Amino acid sequence: MKILTKRNGIIALIILAFLFPIIGQNDYYLHMLTLSFIWAIAVYGINLLSGYTGYLSLAHAGFFAIGAYSLGLLTVKSGMNFWLALVGACLITCAIGFVIGLIALRTKEHFFAIYTLCVGYIIYLVIDKWEGLTEGVRGLIGIPAPGNIGPITFDTAASQYYLVLVFLLAVIIVMYRIIHSLTGRTYMAIRNSEDLAQTIGISTMKNKLTAFVLSTFFAGLAGALYASFIRFIGPDIGSTSIMFDLLMYLLVGGIGTLSGPLVGTLLLVILSQNLQFLQEYRMLIFGPLLTLIIIFYPRGIAGAIFDWKIKRKDKKPPVLRNDVSIKVEEG
Amino acid sequence: MIIETKNLTKRFGGLAAVNNVDFVIKKGKINAIIGPNGAGKSTFFNLISGFHRPSSGTVIFKGIDITKLPANEIAALGISRTFQTTSLFDKSTLLDNVIVGHRLRTKSNLVDAILRTKRLKREEAACRDKAMEVLEIVGLTDVADKIVASVSQEEKKRTAIALALATDPEIIFLDEPAAGINPDETEGLTVLIRKLNQSGLTICLIEHKMHMIMNLADHIMVLNYGEKIAEGTPKEIRCNEAVIKAYLGGSASAKVI
Repeated sequence: MKILTKRNGIIALIILAFLFPIIGQNDYYLHMLTLSFIWAIAVYGINLLSGYTGYLSLAHAGFFAIGAYSLGLLTVKSGMNFWLALVGACLITCAIGFVIGLIALRTKEHFFAIYTLCVGYIIYLVIDKWEGLTEGVRGLIGIPAPGNIGPITFDTAASQYYLVLVFLLAVIIVMYRIIHSLTGRTYMAIRNSEDLAQTIGISTMKNKLTAFVLSTFFAGLAGALYASFIRFIGPDIGSTSIMFDLLMYLLVGGIGTLSGPLVGTLLLVILSQNLQFLQEYRMLIFGPLLTLIIIFYPRGIAGAIFDWKIKRKDKKPPVLRNDVSIKVEEG
Repeated sequence: MIIETKNLTKRFGGLAAVNNVDFVIKKGKINAIIGPNGAGKSTFFNLISGFHRPSSGTVIFKGIDITKLPANEIAALGISRTFQTTSLFDKSTLLDNVIVGHRLRTKSNLVDAILRTKRLKREEAACRDKAMEVLEIVGLTDVADKIVASVSQEEKKRTAIALALATDPEIIFLDEPAAGINPDETEGLTVLIRKLNQSGLTICLIEHKMHMIMNLADHIMVLNYGEKIAEGTPKEIRCNEAVIKAYLGGSASAKVI
């Protein structure tokens, strides 16, 4: 029996994640980790659409903000129960995502990216200027923490950490299942070549729209969790710079990989916190880092590890490979 | 007769890429379309498979008018095709590339995927079996687990055919299947196409390799500048004056091939 299998590694990581608040005993790190898990959920959303379906969306910070503001408004202004508001926030994000997707998905490639960039900016502007609804630049204050579920309360840092962790794990499981299903194969076929996908009978518009709406759902969920975790939101959470942060997490971690969003988000959030003393000059480190990764490892850290594994596997039986090619020529 | 086109025309601006073409594809036969470069062969394919909407004319498949159907619905009816340039996903295996080919015969959706329902598992198994079956037909069982990037051009061509076969077609359109492969491999591909035809599949192909076409086809249509200039058996085409003129430009003294 091998102990160092992938399965055991993942189990160990999950156990470690659950034990962290007990071992760590450090509220600052707990806060950072909770926040990066929230970002990671949003990055998973972007990954589903951009990594697996091949449509690079730059509107997802906007959907993140829609989720956050929906939760904020439903709880603060309508006095709705947190859990109802959470469901409501996700549904509102999906509904807006559906309408935007319907239009945006008529464009392709860089046109899609540019279009969604504009959409994201418009969402930001609407939030910023519609003071009657969103309070504009003053932001929404006093968003309640998640309500109790029976005896479980969410008023400590550790309990909120667990809540977000459970959501993150759920998102990863859902992503894993989608990717390893016929639906995931369908999305990847569209990413690979839309013409070919249509030829083999795939309704590309329907599938792209489903992927788009689901990816906005993840972004909205992350936004709603963010709102109840930070308790205060301003229009800035929908800004373009947040979008590019999320995109950077995805690119560094590995676009189109399952672990990429989590790896990239954790790495960059932690790195960014430790380089706080450099202030804005941090970008002098991130810029070249990002450029190098895109040139040498277009599928990020996770993709690089994956490619390395394949290479190693291919190298092992060099004799067998020749045999196979001869057989094929005969057949 | 399985597919019939009537007055099929496609204009790109002032250029008539396909002009008034009437063509009957015979069921169970190997049909071929030949013609000089730019004659409109690929456009003709694109019109039938739903990639381009014709400017006028109709396409009829087994009595149904499919002129205005989108490509994916045409595929569902049992019309499949390959492209001149094979666009497979380089980073995954041949098997993984082909599995999705049977997707159109399955019903499981996103909810099935998230809940891992029985239907999904059953359909996934069906797609996998189908993929292995078609990979065996095209002779790629041994390399099914190889990454596409690591196999030869000819194997990629065969994979593309396997993918088209996985959709359970009644007719398959092959757009230059032998482009860019060597004479030995071309011979192997000829054998494969004949084998597919003998199993009951109707075939329609575009090809520039005359030797291959003359050997293989039962029925040939010749296009030039978007217009049909000849139609018939290989023998008839070989001595058709208009065809010789189109290919060689001169008088009819030279022989094609």
